Amino acid sequence: MSSDFSITDLHLDVLKEIGNIGAAHAATSLSQLLNRKIEMYVPNVELVTFDEMFELAGGPEEHTACIFLRIQGDVSGSMFFMLSIEGANHFIRLLTGDDSFDFQNPPVSEFGVSSMQELGNILSGSYLSALSDFTGLKIHPTVPSLSVDMVGAVISFGLIEISQYSDEVIVIDTEIKEADQTESKAIKGNFFLLPDPTSYMTIFQSLGVL
Amino acid sequence: MIVRNEVVRVGISDMNIVKAGKTIRTSGLGSCVGIVLYDEIKKVAGMVHIMLPDSSLDRSKKVNVAKYADTGIYGLMELLKAEGARPMSLKAKIAGGAQMFQFGSSDTLRIGPRNVEAVKEELKRLSIPLIAEQTGGSKGRTIEFDPVTAILSIRSVNAGTTEI
Repeated sequence: MSSDFSITDLHLDVLKEIGNIGAAHAATSLSQLLNRKIEMYVPNVELVTFDEMFELAGGPEEHTACIFLRIQGDVSGSMFFMLSIEGANHFIRLLTGDDSFDFQNPPVSEFGVSSMQELGNILSGSYLSALSDFTGLKIHPTVPSLSVDMVGAVISFGLIEISQYSDEVIVIDTEIKEADQTESKAIKGNFFLLPDPTSYMTIFQSLGVL
Repeated sequence: MIVRNEVVRVGISDMNIVKAGKTIRTSGLGSCVGIVLYDEIKKVAGMVHIMLPDSSLDRSKKVNVAKYADTGIYGLMELLKAEGARPMSLKAKIAGGAQMFQFGSSDTLRIGPRNVEAVKEELKRLSIPLIAEQTGGSKGRTIEFDPVTAILSIRSVNAGTTEI
């Protein structure tokens, strides 16, 4: 009923542009927050199975710090911002000055966790407001929630709505990374935007590529 | 976890079966539930990784039976019967059904417990005894089953491995 039309390369290109614009705004916000240079990569847009989705995020058993929110309004979907555990620790230490913070050594401080949640708020907010401006669609994010656990366990929760319609999902994957840092030390995170299949039409219509 | 054996992997909304000499595993269960059905004498076991409680929720053109508690458990039982397991001697062990995030619409939020309830109901309907479970909580789980020992190993982040 929702995805009865076929997805073409043009559709995927348009979604890539959404990833570009959203992540560029998020990168700017992060750069201002940390007063550091942030770079972003060309988005990757694919139609994938749920298992392939887990692989894109590092594999179902990989540990991750994941901020998740649902999108409502003219379009619905799931959005994740995922960092490695080391990356999340590094970020929280930088922001709070608490060098002992470590997700691998719970219980962790509430202050650290809420600063992580605030990061999710800021980044997803700037990503989605850019998306809303670009498409002219009303987009209301829910309050972001943080989970530090296995990739499969956290992402599958965001697939619940989608799974009633399909065994595949379009993922708009964009990576942002702290510039001028070695790979291991840099703050690096991935945005995964997964529109619900019922919203594909609306998005393509808003951009005139139906 | 056991290393000597070959491991058969089960994805999300997926099922498979295994015989003595191999183990069967699924990774990163959150609100999903992993169900193992096994015949201890024949040493054959199957695993299904379900996402949703009831196939009546399905809006797609072709139902993937392994996605739902009702169709998944029934489908797995049929698969095991075809491999020589005796339906009357099947037993079950289950794990998963956690709540990974603290927000969401109340329906989605309760998806873990709802999945567990639906699984138990379907097992009851098919008269398959539930021997052991580790469900609920807020942790992801990776599970692995050995049809020879009938032990289900469960690994969680920061909580190590337990056996049921």
